Amino acid sequence: MKTAEASVLYDAPGPRARRLTVVTSVVVGALLAYALYAWVYQPLADKGQFTHEKWGALVDPSDENFPLVWQRLGIGFRNTLTAAALSIVASVVLGTALAVLRFRLADVARGPRPRLGAAGRRPAFGRVPVVLRYWCERALGLVTRVFVEFFRGIPVLITIFFTARILPEYGVRLSPLYFLVIGLTLYNMVVIGEILRSGMANLPRGQKEAADAIGLSPLQTIVSILLPQSYRVMLPALISQVVVVLKDTSLGFVISYEEVLRIGGQIIQSLSNPIQVYIVIAVIYILINYLISRLAVYVQRRVARGRKTPPGAVVPRVAVPDTAPGVGAAV
Amino acid sequence: MHVLVDNAGTFAHGLYVTLQLCLLAGIGALVIGTVLAAMRISPVPPLRWLGTAYVTVVRNTPLTIVFFVAAFALPQIGVGADFLKIPLLEQVFVRLGTDLPFFRLAVVALAVYTAAFVCEALRAGVNAVQPGQAEAGRSLGLTFLQNLRLIVLPQAGQATAVPLGSVIIAMIKNSALAGIFGVAGDLMQTSDDLSSLGQATVPIFIGVSVGYLILTVPLGLLLDHVERRQAVSR
Repeated sequence: MKTAEASVLYDAPGPRARRLTVVTSVVVGALLAYALYAWVYQPLADKGQFTHEKWGALVDPSDENFPLVWQRLGIGFRNTLTAAALSIVASVVLGTALAVLRFRLADVARGPRPRLGAAGRRPAFGRVPVVLRYWCERALGLVTRVFVEFFRGIPVLITIFFTARILPEYGVRLSPLYFLVIGLTLYNMVVIGEILRSGMANLPRGQKEAADAIGLSPLQTIVSILLPQSYRVMLPALISQVVVVLKDTSLGFVISYEEVLRIGGQIIQSLSNPIQVYIVIAVIYILINYLISRLAVYVQRRVARGRKTPPGAVVPRVAVPDTAPGVGAAV
Repeated sequence: MHVLVDNAGTFAHGLYVTLQLCLLAGIGALVIGTVLAAMRISPVPPLRWLGTAYVTVVRNTPLTIVFFVAAFALPQIGVGADFLKIPLLEQVFVRLGTDLPFFRLAVVALAVYTAAFVCEALRAGVNAVQPGQAEAGRSLGLTFLQNLRLIVLPQAGQATAVPLGSVIIAMIKNSALAGIFGVAGDLMQTSDDLSSLGQATVPIFIGVSVGYLILTVPLGLLLDHVERRQAVSR
């Protein structure tokens, strides 16, 4: 895939270009290796960053601190994963509710505006509940919109930090885990809600029209026709959001949640090897997140393949938007 | 609410510091990200590998770890990002010249982290240009660089604008982390400071949120506008 997308920009290299590439690569690689040695390795080694004293507790099973360090790191990662899992479940559930609500409310806003009576006619007061309900729904639409824009626009760090500061002031005393989960969920439910909503909005219009035609209510249409397709189309984006949540869980350290980085900090205090501990934690994070990203790519291919199924095939066709909307917030 | 009124100046200054941080880190991220993107689409395999490795590693690392390394580990071994003490720039962005390295290190951390996402946004833009364009360029005998410069990049600009903007918005929000890691007086640290002084927390939360919304919402509206215009022109 990589070569396919790259080769559009240049011709396949001939023997001379290939030779040139190999030679320059070797030369530049050697220079780079030397530069790394001189500017990174040497200063680090001079500061004693490669000694057994710094690394032993992390990589040498025979070291006396090794079992304890890894036991602590294990606890840290378990806490990290717990917070991430809770946040993801809560975000998907609440995000779905938000998406359904906002989609329905947008429909209401687009639809006709009920009046008490036609112009010049006597107002029919029997219609007061209908009119009232309409304006309540419009107001709710505005409220949800402000909610979404607000929590999308502020740093998730702020949400987490102030959740843990504000809620206790109102007598809500929870463990840091739940403050972290609430903070993460406030941000991610909005993001996931918008992902699902744009998924529904970009489905071919025929889906909704067909559902209307067979007499489904608006809510039934959304829940049983549009939402499932939106999940399927947006699955890659949703999986990418899992990576974001997992990464953001590390922000728990600001509210003293014992996730892996905070435990890393404790290890550093007793062993004073910050670089080594952070490298080890980073490597584990990268491995987990890399696997999840690969899953997202794999799912994306599967979804894209579903799109190519020829008409009339046994596999039921699933509607897919012409252009998958970008998910900018997934950073 | 009087906390907000009393401390309006403090919040404004926090906004100013955050803005400086974002401006510098944004420029750095764009520069590094462009170089990375060039590496990832270049015909030289080792450069592609290097670019891919960078993006994979950085994108899967929490920014928190990057900041931990930048703020706690690097100063320990005597790295203070002194190369950012650029004479003229230092006059404008006073924080660059201070003895404490945290502002410089925060700029570096944010730039290094955001660069990976900038690279991916640029690459997505290049990939969005129809293959026929580049193929036509090649059939005219243009070299790789000519092809990029004359054919592909001018057209990639449009498709790049929106994802790139989202990356910058995310970076502005990520910059809040700098306040935790020693950058005194940015929006986050200001709010942390005020709320530890025992002031009412809700107004402070509103104040700091408004500060970030001032930075992110106009950019978001601009992106929506660009996106809608693109949808029409397509």
